[in-house]
Amino acid sequence: MAKEKTSHDYDAIVVGGGHNGLTHGAYLAKSGLRTLILERRGFVGGAAITEELHPGFSFTTFSYGLSLIRPEVVQELDLVKHGFMPLLMNSTFAPMENGDYLLVGGDREQNLNEIRRHSLADADAMERFDFDLARVQQFVKPLFDAMPPNVFSGDPADQEQVAWMLKHLGSAPPKVVHDTVRLLFGSIADFVDDYFESDVIKGHIASSGIIGTKVGPMSPGSGLVFLFMSMGEHDGAMGAWSFHKGGNGGFTQVLARAAQAYGADIRLEAPVAHVLTSGGRVTGVALEDGTEFTAPVVTSALDPRRTFTELVDPLELPSDLVENIRRFRFQGTASKVNFALDGPPVYPALADRTDQYQGFVNIGPSIEYLERAFDPAKYGWYSERPYLDCCVQSFIDPDMAPPGKHVMSCFTMYTPYDLRHPDGSPASWDDERDNLGDTVQATLESFFPGFGDLVVHREVVTPLDIERTTGLSEGNIYAGEFLAPQMYFFRPAPGYSDYRTPIDGYYQCGSGTHPGGCVIGSPGRFASQQVLTDLAGRD
Amino acid sequence: MRIKTTPFYPRLVELNHTGLWSHWAGHLSATRYDFSPKYEYFGIRNSAAYFDASPLFKFWIRGRDAERVLAGVMARDPRAVKPGRAQYTVWCDDDGYVLEDGVLFRHAPDEFMLTAAEPNLSHLRERARGKDVEIVDVSEEYAVLALQGPRARAILEPLAPEIAELRYFDFTPAKVAGHAVTISRTGFTGDLGYELMIPADDALAVLDAVVEAGEPHGLRPFGEEALNMARIEAGLPLIGVEFTSARYAYNDAERFTPTELGLGWLLRGIDDDSRPFIGRDAIRRELAEKTSRWATVGIVVDWLAFQELHTSHGLVPVMDEIPVPWETMLYDDAGERAGYATSLMYSPMLQRYLGIARVKPEHAAVGTVVHVEQTVNHEYLTVPAEVTTLPFFNPERKLA
Repeated sequence: MAKEKTSHDYDAIVVGGGHNGLTHGAYLAKSGLRTLILERRGFVGGAAITEELHPGFSFTTFSYGLSLIRPEVVQELDLVKHGFMPLLMNSTFAPMENGDYLLVGGDREQNLNEIRRHSLADADAMERFDFDLARVQQFVKPLFDAMPPNVFSGDPADQEQVAWMLKHLGSAPPKVVHDTVRLLFGSIADFVDDYFESDVIKGHIASSGIIGTKVGPMSPGSGLVFLFMSMGEHDGAMGAWSFHKGGNGGFTQVLARAAQAYGADIRLEAPVAHVLTSGGRVTGVALEDGTEFTAPVVTSALDPRRTFTELVDPLELPSDLVENIRRFRFQGTASKVNFALDGPPVYPALADRTDQYQGFVNIGPSIEYLERAFDPAKYGWYSERPYLDCCVQSFIDPDMAPPGKHVMSCFTMYTPYDLRHPDGSPASWDDERDNLGDTVQATLESFFPGFGDLVVHREVVTPLDIERTTGLSEGNIYAGEFLAPQMYFFRPAPGYSDYRTPIDGYYQCGSGTHPGGCVIGSPGRFASQQVLTDLAGRD
Repeated sequence: MRIKTTPFYPRLVELNHTGLWSHWAGHLSATRYDFSPKYEYFGIRNSAAYFDASPLFKFWIRGRDAERVLAGVMARDPRAVKPGRAQYTVWCDDDGYVLEDGVLFRHAPDEFMLTAAEPNLSHLRERARGKDVEIVDVSEEYAVLALQGPRARAILEPLAPEIAELRYFDFTPAKVAGHAVTISRTGFTGDLGYELMIPADDALAVLDAVVEAGEPHGLRPFGEEALNMARIEAGLPLIGVEFTSARYAYNDAERFTPTELGLGWLLRGIDDDSRPFIGRDAIRRELAEKTSRWATVGIVVDWLAFQELHTSHGLVPVMDEIPVPWETMLYDDAGERAGYATSLMYSPMLQRYLGIARVKPEHAAVGTVVHVEQTVNHEYLTVPAEVTTLPFFNPERKLA
């Protein structure tokens, strides 16, 4: 007979109210479990939040665009009913150091015209590249959109999944398989060199290969980051991006409403001190203030370091797992600099226009520019001329700023978490934060003369700030680097990619699990499937 | 001889980056201005956007018998319309089949303006013969600017404070940039919006004022494709797509009653209505004997099944927001014809393929599954869809 439930007894508890924790909690609640989502801060969203840091100006403090969110999550959680609204990002604008630019959008013919302005040969090269990439995406998608098989298990059910994976890997034409391997293990620079001759086109594509990861475009591994970034979609258009109404904070509010509508409780300002266990089984959680909640299922939406070495005592875990987690690379290298602007930036070659701001503004005009930005990061210092992925979001959603004013989000690389001066002496982001802001502003000034005069407010978010505010270890935006040894059935550790942990009833659903970071929802969704499968098996 | 252009054209031709135009009522009408119609669509749904509706036909109907004549023509009772109010309406033939639809604006007890997508002067004059009424085609004398979207009021109110009190389907005389205009709270997008009827000579000055006021609000122009997307979400039938005029149909399969078009709500009160109008007896008979051949419903395609239909055939499923320009067949579980979709599109707001469909009455219940024909790898296959009510999208702000 079921014991009587008190307000502190739940069927499932989710630690962390970021987008994966909310997604996970919503699925569990939808399936009928009495679910509690615990969030340390005063609002949900984790690294997907929108804050009004200057009156009338809404900043997407951290995460700033939407592409990878799985359409399955949108459909299964009925998110449209709760306000899901992805606004199309209509174009990508890539300023060049000589004053020219690349401006591409949603129209094939017009894009061909624009590319031919830079290189006649690159026009059909772009078509071939896009098609070859689409074939790779199509090939990878079933693996991306399913739980990784446990290749280290002899269990017949696991072996069946392994057989499925091997069959799938053998199902594609050799070129598709080869292109996939070249992307997964090679550099994006090598890959684009096969197609293009124009620097700005190469830079524009290659910049997707470095996002959030400590690799340069010439480093092996940048192909993987590129492929991952391209797996998103906007309304079925692969690789296209959108901006959620109200920013990604608007999106996580939608998730929170959905979770609550399915019956989940969300408790704010409820930092979890540790997960409670008894005899190798999870029994609940204890908050920092001592409050305890009990549940037979606890899922950590935090990153692998916190999930396995902070929320629980690593002594309770197998040493191979702990070792793997300790060497799991975080090494955040990305920062955000967000601006409130008095008016739109002016690009001299398009001085009378603003339609170039309907999507991303990509400051990465060549592979060499990107690679040179990477160079100092290898030794612990930040770029003098950083790569910037900017977006004047108020052009896409005017509700982000007062009429006629604008907010501009600038994703900034490279800014290593472990900061050391070029002479090797220790440095601190607390001392360098403003200098980084100045560096970014000076870079923008060089492309948009008069930019500085428009700035009414500036927010600089270094990897240290990301870690302090969101809890993401070392400020890694993906809750762990996108490196081949940390992906798929190795994420977060070999043998532990099935969202379970060695502690019975304790699960993981953060971006440190497959497929990984970005506002994607899959980790939360797959983990809920695992929880529900296990609960069904228990009956 | 060249196709005519509207009074707004000198500005719009500069804004139309695509160079794409269609012909509407003898005028150039932008297909889209931006390279992406979806971007224009989000103007309607998230900020504000404007559409040149000038090619609409416009008729003044004035005189002591104006109300009587209209009451004899229109299937919806125009006598209930007070001055300062507008009414969406249809007019039918003797068999109760819809000829056309339009919007009737009552300016005074004996003064109406009717806007319609097709020419109607001779038809109206025929009905008015011998009556004390003057019917004038003033289509060329006015430009019509539709300003639609959640920011429409914020843009327009500083220019024309008169709109503050307008309820849905109210209209008012106003001045914009010193020019007399008529502003109605109407539109074809299912969103908050207004339509400005502007004397043709003043059209550019008014447009310039609206565009300037809208600039800080993300105002953008939109063309026919974005309009078509928005009106499908709003469940609004379009002549030439959902129906054609019964007057020009060769057989009854091409004719539809108001009820069959989903416009039965226009006929509210017809049982107590002693007013003789064209088609009344046939419509009453249809309602009493329940002989409607079709019901107009919404259909929402099963998202997962649509994905699987394509991926299982080695294709990447495409979410195309541009409405398909043909009828799509619908089948029941047994594979028998259940009806057809007149409009079908992927809705970026609702994240689903959806459409306006005409189904046999036995398939009209909400939740009924119909099977939508799709061409996949050169083969006719189907994907399940669920019958829903219309509209698909009906934000509170439309009426608020």
